[in-house]
Amino acid sequence: MTSTVTSRSLRWARRRQSFARSWAAYRSQRAGMVGLVLLGAVVVLALAAPVLVDQSQLSVTQATGGRMAPPSAEFPLGTDETGRSILALTLWGSRLSLLIGLTATVVAILIGTTVGVTSGHVGGWYGWIALRISDWFMVLPSLVVAIALLAVLGRSMGTTVAVIALVSWPGTTRLVRAQTLTVQARPYLERARALGAGHWHQMTRHVLPNVLPLVLASATLLVPSAILMESSLAWLGLGDPGVVSWGSILNRASSSGAVSAHAWWYLLPPGLAILVVVLAFMMCGRALEAVFNPRLRGER
Amino acid sequence: MTESTPSEGDPAEGPEDATTANGPATRPSDLATPADGASTEAPSARRPAGRRGRVSSGFGRYVAKHVGGAAVSLLLVLFSSFFIFRLIAGDPIDQLTRERPVSPEERAAMRAELGLDEPMWRQFWDYITGTLTMDLGDSFQYRRPIFDLIVERLPATLLLSGTGMVLAVLLGFWIGARTGWRQGSRFDRGHVATGLVLYSAPTFWLGMIVILVFARYLGLFPVNGMRSPSTPPDFWSQAVDIGHHLVLPVLTYTAVVYAGYLMIMRSSILDELGGDYLTTARAKGLRDDEVRRRHAVPNALLPTVTLVFLALGSVVNGSIITETVFSWPGLGRLFVQSIFYPDRPVLQALFVLFSSSTILAVLCAEILYWFIDPRMRRSG
Amino acid sequence: MTLLEFRDLWVTYTGSRGRIPAVRGVDLSVGAGRIVGIAGESGCGKSTLAMAVLRLLPKSAEVSGEILLDGEDLLRMGWGRLRAVRWTGASIVFQGAMHSLNAVQRIGRQVAEPILVHERTTPAKAAARAEALLERVGLPSSRMRSYPHELSGGQRQRVMIAMALACDPELIIADEATTALDVMVQAQVLQLMTGLVKERGVGLVMISHDLSVLSAVCDTAVVMYAGRIVERGPAREVFADARHPYSAALGAAFPVIGDPASRGRPGGLAGDPPDPARLPEGCSFRPRCAVAVERCGEESPELLRVPGIGTVRSSACFVAQEGESVVFG
Repeated sequence: MTSTVTSRSLRWARRRQSFARSWAAYRSQRAGMVGLVLLGAVVVLALAAPVLVDQSQLSVTQATGGRMAPPSAEFPLGTDETGRSILALTLWGSRLSLLIGLTATVVAILIGTTVGVTSGHVGGWYGWIALRISDWFMVLPSLVVAIALLAVLGRSMGTTVAVIALVSWPGTTRLVRAQTLTVQARPYLERARALGAGHWHQMTRHVLPNVLPLVLASATLLVPSAILMESSLAWLGLGDPGVVSWGSILNRASSSGAVSAHAWWYLLPPGLAILVVVLAFMMCGRALEAVFNPRLRGER
Repeated sequence: MTESTPSEGDPAEGPEDATTANGPATRPSDLATPADGASTEAPSARRPAGRRGRVSSGFGRYVAKHVGGAAVSLLLVLFSSFFIFRLIAGDPIDQLTRERPVSPEERAAMRAELGLDEPMWRQFWDYITGTLTMDLGDSFQYRRPIFDLIVERLPATLLLSGTGMVLAVLLGFWIGARTGWRQGSRFDRGHVATGLVLYSAPTFWLGMIVILVFARYLGLFPVNGMRSPSTPPDFWSQAVDIGHHLVLPVLTYTAVVYAGYLMIMRSSILDELGGDYLTTARAKGLRDDEVRRRHAVPNALLPTVTLVFLALGSVVNGSIITETVFSWPGLGRLFVQSIFYPDRPVLQALFVLFSSSTILAVLCAEILYWFIDPRMRRSG
Repeated sequence: MTLLEFRDLWVTYTGSRGRIPAVRGVDLSVGAGRIVGIAGESGCGKSTLAMAVLRLLPKSAEVSGEILLDGEDLLRMGWGRLRAVRWTGASIVFQGAMHSLNAVQRIGRQVAEPILVHERTTPAKAAARAEALLERVGLPSSRMRSYPHELSGGQRQRVMIAMALACDPELIIADEATTALDVMVQAQVLQLMTGLVKERGVGLVMISHDLSVLSAVCDTAVVMYAGRIVERGPAREVFADARHPYSAALGAAFPVIGDPASRGRPGGLAGDPPDPARLPEGCSFRPRCAVAVERCGEESPELLRVPGIGTVRSSACFVAQEGESVVFG
């Protein structure tokens, strides 16, 4: 009993140590820290949206403002074509955009990691076919696939998440597979095999822990593309009609003629919100990548 | 060292056909200086003597392998489009007749007309043969053959995305090579930051802002469309008019896409920075920019040239959005219009068209790679 | 006539570990038609010395002292003058010719490139000269259109030599030019280079860790240790009769073929090369030295003439300067 406890505590100590090292390396990158702070601010705002702005402000029937009124004291960012506050819409939109972006990424990462680890570890026919299929998905234009699927599956949050996950998993698969093959070749895995470790044990105890840091970095870079994809789909009118996301706000803006009405206050807030969140994720992702991939840090 | 194939970590493309393609041209001098053949790193000279025709057979095998792969991918596209649009989507008659009540007889007649009363395998076979012979059926919304619609709208799409892509690649590579060469300088950081910000902007939103500023406020360019109805029909007036309409969409498109190429080129140059051959070039007395232009960039270009083709998927994505924002009468807009009609035959045809064009672009990239990287011809 | 002269040359790298001296006060001169060999372990500063001649060191390197090429100080040249001197005044045959050649450019173009950079000539004429150069080093003109990977290691090294000759430099620096080659090819390349020295009267600096190569072809040899010259003298004598314990150990690391006595001798050298960031007090070789005396830990020996020998020999060893043997046991 004691031996397992100590080996576990040892493992945790080692992990804590390597985490501390990574964190120190991350902290030394200014862009990464800026991104992290920006992200934190956006997440706090999204979580606090119900406290800051009452949900009733999103209702078309209870709207109090004028039609596409420019910013005023009552509506700091103006109103939309039904008289709702753009500020309230943008704040509430952040919840949906982040939620869909994160969920789709988690699903994509789960599929990608599973397929990547298993195809790299098991290999053979299964590995070959998995690789071919992920290659095939990677080549297809993602927006076309997403539009086609949403057009036949119908519009809802669930289908949006599923479709975005479906077009984003292959990148992770490739990455994880390559990393798995690298880990696979290391001597301690050979030792584990020689000691009779099963596939499951090898994959979960040896391959996964080594692959996860890279997965984390790539996930951070997948979120912004998921958010962009969601906003594009919602802007095209393929989003869930019942919810407010940044893309759907902009969809309403273009269908109600905000551009020809010169209603810049209608266009800028949701668009800038997308830009800031995507940029923040990219900055974090690039910094993480540099932490886990020393070649990019300039240590050649 | 650069990766020899676009898809790394692929056992199927490993060294199994590495013994091909040692041209007879490499032989005679080895006979003249036999000692060299025994050298420690004589990759090409040590292979079994090449018979005539090995160069072409190496290329043949290489092409055959990739063409075969592309053919399988294309078939998969056909399968999946049939699967998505015929099986998941359900009965098209429901959507066609949503607005008006129809009698069962009318329904049966429509089914027969669309071939839906045939067994599934028969429908699939008809679909495959139809697609392969360019018989794509009729559009629901335009009541015309889809093939004609595509032919009509293809030039507009090619004009917009072609111009945009060329500009984005040139701009991205030009800046990327310079930022990478001066890594960490103010120039580098400024351009990387600008590129990232533009890359983070949603295309459609940037398009709307561009319209708002340049067309609405400043009135410099037309708001949307490809030509004005009032333009005289002669060639030059039309060309100038289309060019005028083209500016804003291309600007939007390039702004979003070039950053990707910038980063690709930049990291490729960074990979080359430590290269000994650059020291040789400097020692020869070349100016710094000559070292970059004549030596670093050609080496860095190798892995990136194929990426231009591989990124065609994002080109398609970008042109769908850009065409929609600017009401550009191309295929992307047709695709989006068909979502809501719903015009399923058009969606299906364009799905196949877009997907297969990216697959063919990747194939082109692979074949092109053979020609641009002299090392490929050795390692297959 | 002196072609190249180092006067009190110091090279210091500034990196994450602070300031690291790579070359510490080297004085050396190379005359026309002479071959000077520089020997030493990797990291002793010999390649830094080679790169310093054409100012090819990275920006983090700080160079002081003087490098006179034909009497003109390279370290005080403007960029334009420096570029003009590169390859015409001195050229380098780099080590590891595979990576020193541009992988995606044909051989002919790479050999002709310096001609086009430095002389007013047409591409056709430059190509013709490149072809002649390739023939001079024993490569057929069909090689003009080859890519580096299509050549063997020896052929590539000869391309490097042809390239180094392109602008008729007065001085050629060969940095481990024969190291990666097997013995037969090595002999050919060495013959080629010594032939060039005789034929054209150029000065040649050969940098190698292989003493047998240096003793076979060089007139003068210097041995470097931790950024300093520790011994200088006629090449054969330096290696046959070392006057510094480090050169003696270096020589013993290569057994003499056919000499049974060399088999029994303890080969090699205990310990690792010193960390240039933390050099020991006094003589930097002292921690590995078998004949060290008390004085070696206190002051650093200068490179001084060794008494009692007919030829001019210098050594930076107190023991040798006393005229005693530096060979242990």
